[in-house]
Amino acid sequence: MTFQSVMNVISLWALPFIILLILTMGLVKKVPIYEVFTDGAKDGFKVAVNIIPYLVAIIVAISMFRASGIIEMLENALSGILAQIHVPADVIPVMIVRSLSGSAALGVFSDIANTLGPDDYATKLSAIMVGSSETTFYVLAVYFGAVGISKLRYALLVGLLADIIGIVAAVCVCNWMFL
Amino acid sequence: MNYIFYFLIVVSIIAGAINGKLSDVVNAILSGAELSVKVAFSLIGIMAFWLGMMKIAEKCGLIEIISKLIKPVTKKMFNEIPENSPAIGDIAMSFSANAFGLTNAATPIGIKAMEELQKNNTDKNSASNAMCMFLAMNTAGFQLIPATVIAVLIGIGYKNPTEIIAPTLLVTTIAFISAILLAKLFQRFWSPQENKEVNP
Repeated sequence: MTFQSVMNVISLWALPFIILLILTMGLVKKVPIYEVFTDGAKDGFKVAVNIIPYLVAIIVAISMFRASGIIEMLENALSGILAQIHVPADVIPVMIVRSLSGSAALGVFSDIANTLGPDDYATKLSAIMVGSSETTFYVLAVYFGAVGISKLRYALLVGLLADIIGIVAAVCVCNWMFL
Repeated sequence: MNYIFYFLIVVSIIAGAINGKLSDVVNAILSGAELSVKVAFSLIGIMAFWLGMMKIAEKCGLIEIISKLIKPVTKKMFNEIPENSPAIGDIAMSFSANAFGLTNAATPIGIKAMEELQKNNTDKNSASNAMCMFLAMNTAGFQLIPATVIAVLIGIGYKNPTEIIAPTLLVTTIAFISAILLAKLFQRFWSPQENKEVNP
């Protein structure tokens, strides 16, 4: 069995296993599972509604940012420097967008993959960049929004610095493996 | 966050004006606001399901068992959280769900963890050190298999899409460890929270 097929089996069975484990253990410990479940589930609506203001602030600001054409401006400004370390200009939007919007990053990546094809270096580099990251702004808005926290202290800074480290690491690893 | 919010919007308007895309920027306000509500509402059902499940897990003592298992690791990372807090178990569950790419379960469980952390928070408006640490773990996005990316690669006829797994895992591990170290570092130098409650 390869690593990949082991992982596929785990991914397929993880959720059913967790659900079975929780319900069985609940029943064994004589927890009234149906009542407790519905009691816990009541919060679902409340939490979702609570995060709306935080999501609106973040998603509107990021939508405006993406619509303004500034990403293309940055692309032009950065392409010269980044070409020195073998970063193709096509990958620059991925680098900028991946902390802001997950669906946009995936969209740009699919676009690169479809236009440049499987053998292009840009496809590989952007695949690694998209696959290795989580959308920092979205995660912060949802998680802090759910508990009503608006003072993030150093959380955003840490998230963005880690994203930058991730980008640098992706470039280094990709240079080393695929060039 | 105040400056970031201001910066994103002002820069967008100025850049939009320079690029002649001001109407696009204005339209983005409407589409962004709509999207936010869509995202929030699409979470309701799955959120309710996992919050219900997690409540059972908590009541039957499963969360406690998980908390005890991973205590050696989390004690160092979340030193402000009491050892018997269900937050530790929630954090472990949320991390595992993320690692296996179970995003639908990871978000509700992560939010549950945040609620537990909020109980130990001394200033309810600002992020505690433990929350910043938990968010650092999450924004780094540690994942064993980048399933969506692989699906796209298979779609374009990439011959050996699994060759992307090892480098991605290496990069995500580097980012993950850096995030935790950075959070630890900032915890030491950032101005501490105000202590607004006498009995937290």
